[in-house]
Amino acid sequence: MFEIFASLQAAWALVNGADPALARIVALSLELSLAAALLGAAIGLPLGALVAVGRFPGRRAVIVALNALLGLPSVVVGLLVYLMLSRAGPLGSWGLLFTPTAIVMAQSLLVAPIVAALARQTCEDAWRDYEEQLTSLGVSRARAVPTLLWDARYSLLTTVLAGFGRAASEVGAVMIVGGNIDGVTRVMTTAIALETSKGDLPLALALGFVLILVVLVVNAAAYGLREWSVRRHG
Amino acid sequence: MVESPPLLAARDLTVVLGGVKALDGLSLDLMAGRRTVILGANGAGKSVLLRTLHGLIAPSAGTLSWARPHRQAMVFQRPVMLRRSAIDNVTYALSVNGIPAKERAARAASALERVGLAPIAERPARALSGGEQQRLALARAWALKPEILFLDEPTASLDPGASAEVERVISAIADEGTRIVMTTHHLGQARRLADEIVFLHAGRTVERTPVADFFRQPASKEASLFLKGELPWT
Repeated sequence: MFEIFASLQAAWALVNGADPALARIVALSLELSLAAALLGAAIGLPLGALVAVGRFPGRRAVIVALNALLGLPSVVVGLLVYLMLSRAGPLGSWGLLFTPTAIVMAQSLLVAPIVAALARQTCEDAWRDYEEQLTSLGVSRARAVPTLLWDARYSLLTTVLAGFGRAASEVGAVMIVGGNIDGVTRVMTTAIALETSKGDLPLALALGFVLILVVLVVNAAAYGLREWSVRRHG
Repeated sequence: MVESPPLLAARDLTVVLGGVKALDGLSLDLMAGRRTVILGANGAGKSVLLRTLHGLIAPSAGTLSWARPHRQAMVFQRPVMLRRSAIDNVTYALSVNGIPAKERAARAASALERVGLAPIAERPARALSGGEQQRLALARAWALKPEILFLDEPTASLDPGASAEVERVISAIADEGTRIVMTTHHLGQARRLADEIVFLHAGRTVERTPVADFFRQPASKEASLFLKGELPWT
């Protein structure tokens, strides 16, 4: 029991004193997760909206696949990206394995299906309300995609933030493709895993605090934004 | 006097929705420059007829032929506004319809002016009252300079004051030469706005009569029952 309190105290000292090693890990984590969230959104948002308004053969299969991808085992994603980037893999010559870029690639692959599946649901609900009016105005289905994305922008931002949370909290895939190299690819989650196994609980706990704080702030921001948009736009 | 061919000729329209015949071999010619109000009991097919003429519902049998290329627009009972300012809702419709960017702002502003919404052009459209939203919908349709404007129960969700405003705008649009085809369940409104009444019963045109004659002495048994309030109506 005492040991936990001591660790908590030491962890607090690290956070409070803005320990440089801690700060570097946090900064890298946020940077990579943000990049992955943006990349995943750039793929997932248009894809979700297209599936929502599109009429094409196999649409149902795509929806089922998108929803199934939500439960994609992240370790498998890590393994696939690893195989692609490893020296013998098709993208081996890019030399990206164990770089921050590799981490962003794996995280984006995890984020994109989440954003796409949630965006599809949001856009499909909006399309139900808008279809008749937009069709009457002469809006084609292709033209409706950006319109719906823009009109649902506040709920979709929440979706992207969910994707950010997913990226920031990923361990397995990031460990496999990033390698948890100190100062290069060590992020909060992999550092926590490592420090815990080494028995350095203060650093692990300190990182845990920060991670929880980040997730809290992101969710509070999402909530506040929704409230604000409902008040402003109805 | 030789009549020019009708702007829109509908022949033997049949529409089946959910296994029910909503229109049953209906024929109707719409000449330019008149105001037609479609009356009929609940379920007679008024809304389906408007949507079919406007092209939102494809008839399972029958033909629609337009005399020439034309612009048309429709105003619904509950207008759908995009999450942007009032004036941006109008410029959006103009942009979708290929109006050059440099003309849009002026055209949208003048449309808002004519429906009395110029002072609140920059307000979020969804924050407007029901009556204001319906006038905005009219401005959006008007800005497209349609040759024919369909209106489906445009005042059904509005209080009397807002209804009067909407009626004033509809009259102004008609006075500028746009062909008006509307449904209403408000007989006083039909009397004020119509040149002629088309009376529907069970998916067919039962009679078509100048407005004064219709309210004095309708030609059909169904219409006289309807006017006596003996047919159910919305």
